[in-house]
Amino acid sequence: MSQPAARGHAEVSAGKSTATAVSIEPGRGGPWVRAWRRARRRPPAAVGALVVLVFATLAVGAPWVAPGDPLQGNWSQVRKAPSAAHPLGTDDLGRDVLARVIWGSRISMQAGVFAVLLAMAVGVPLGLIAGFYRGTLDQLLMRLTDAWLAFPFLILAIGLVTILGPSLTNVTVAIGVAATPTFIRLTRGLVLSTREEDYVQGARALGAGDLRLMGRHVLPNVASALLVQATVQIPGAILGEAILSFLGLGVQPPQPSWGTMLNAAQQFLESAPWMAWWPGLAIFALTLSFNLAGDGLRDLLDPRDY
Amino acid sequence: MLDFLLQRLAISLVTLAVISLIVFTGVRMIPGDPARVLAGTDADEAGLEEVRARYGLRDPLPVQYLRWLSLAVRGDLGESIRTREPVVRTVVRKIPITFELACLSLLVALAIAIPVGVLSAVRRNSLWDYAASALALCGLSVPSFWLGIMLILLVSVRLGWLPASGFVPLFQDPLGNLQRMVMPALVLGTGLAAVLMRQTRNAMIEVLGADYIRTARSKGLAPRAVVFRHAIRNGLVPVVTILGLQTGALMGGAVVTEQIFVVPGFGRLIVEAVFTRDYPLVQGVVLITASAYVGVNLLVDLSYSLLNPRIRVRGAAAER
Repeated sequence: MSQPAARGHAEVSAGKSTATAVSIEPGRGGPWVRAWRRARRRPPAAVGALVVLVFATLAVGAPWVAPGDPLQGNWSQVRKAPSAAHPLGTDDLGRDVLARVIWGSRISMQAGVFAVLLAMAVGVPLGLIAGFYRGTLDQLLMRLTDAWLAFPFLILAIGLVTILGPSLTNVTVAIGVAATPTFIRLTRGLVLSTREEDYVQGARALGAGDLRLMGRHVLPNVASALLVQATVQIPGAILGEAILSFLGLGVQPPQPSWGTMLNAAQQFLESAPWMAWWPGLAIFALTLSFNLAGDGLRDLLDPRDY
Repeated sequence: MLDFLLQRLAISLVTLAVISLIVFTGVRMIPGDPARVLAGTDADEAGLEEVRARYGLRDPLPVQYLRWLSLAVRGDLGESIRTREPVVRTVVRKIPITFELACLSLLVALAIAIPVGVLSAVRRNSLWDYAASALALCGLSVPSFWLGIMLILLVSVRLGWLPASGFVPLFQDPLGNLQRMVMPALVLGTGLAAVLMRQTRNAMIEVLGADYIRTARSKGLAPRAVVFRHAIRNGLVPVVTILGLQTGALMGGAVVTEQIFVVPGFGRLIVEAVFTRDYPLVQGVVLITASAYVGVNLLVDLSYSLLNPRIRVRGAAAER
């Protein structure tokens, strides 16, 4: 009984907020057709999403897409300028920069996505509990997040890597832990207002238990805001990995991380500037695309702002 | 007003206490004998004993924490494993350099963000506004360390205009110092400029829609006077808060920027400390940074209440 009530509300709110959109685009066409129509109205967001998709494909398909081994050096091909054989040139050990940039996307994506997933896995349940039950536990958690947020993101990540030791996994954990309080805060704030909504109170009156209320009624209604926040946090996490690896505290050579590649490139700025161009451009393109796609997603999910 | 101050102060103190607890726990999570961690790998048995006695490492953890905290509050964060210099003295020596960098970056950021943000708000949805928004998005997305490397490549390597590194103290050679700080300040200021520009634009748009602006306009005031005399003053108040919240990003950014341009500030100090496993120094820098952040934001909140009389009035009403 409580379930249809909640679903009914979701439809009402969706109908209300997208009333103008609905009148422009009738429900004709499949989901792909509708997605295409929406994308055409926001070219930057569509381009952003496309570029993110390209990088994701590169990350997954690196073994098949990359031209050659990213770790295999060749002493006769050290620091060669871009050419037909090596479109982006070679690095100080004669490795193909293109292959390393492509493999680097795998590390960046891995660090960015898993760090944010970790932050959500810890932050969302804590925020949900804090916002739902309030009281002493909520106060304790809020003071903890206050303190947590007082550590500058990068300095906290550096401190954690110091404790854990440098590696891809540890960098991901460190960035995830540093990003967690944001999700606790956000979830709690959203839950605080959602739990007072009529449909939640109605479900409660019908005898729904706390777990059911949180899982069935509160969480689905705050999910879209959390998703938008995740797309905002992923580029931050990708930058975090690149910075830590650049400082030598993250992914260790010879693994091809964009950050470690830039670190190596610093010594050869005069003789081999292309070593610095491409990994940096890749980070820039990926973070910019994530930001564009995230902006688009926010407009899409929260039409009131638009 | 007094209530508001006391409340903010109390929250800050609680936050500081939790911060100290996190840092203390963090150091204890480092694998191995804590005495070894705090004294360094080449300390002899006597050195280890000394550290054990100093921090009471045989006592239960809560006692250890209180002992460590009471030392920390008195400004004693132990000594660097590598140099044997007190941690606090090392950090204090480095602060002016990073402070100068932060101030210059702030100057760069404000000089870009405020005019561009205000103009974007005034000419909303114009070509200028779109271009500025696109630039801000790029500024937010560009990795600062790559921007730094590209600047070195262009300005130092290609054009040979400015030296890429080689710090000189401000008071020894002000001109040489500024020459070497221009690029780091530009790099560190870019990201901040992007954030502040967006905030300025949004705040100004809100203010420009307010009733008193319509009144000012309808009484025939010149558009320029409306913006400068009425809108900017109110529009910039929220920007101050954002500034406070951005000090953390500024301190984090300083770590990377100082690394690229070889500026011997405290960002470089923490990276060196991590590499040499100088745990007391890392602990000190992390603790001091977080405390500084809390302090800056407390000051921002207080200045905010001075800038925005409504908060004061609400506090006074509550007192009555």
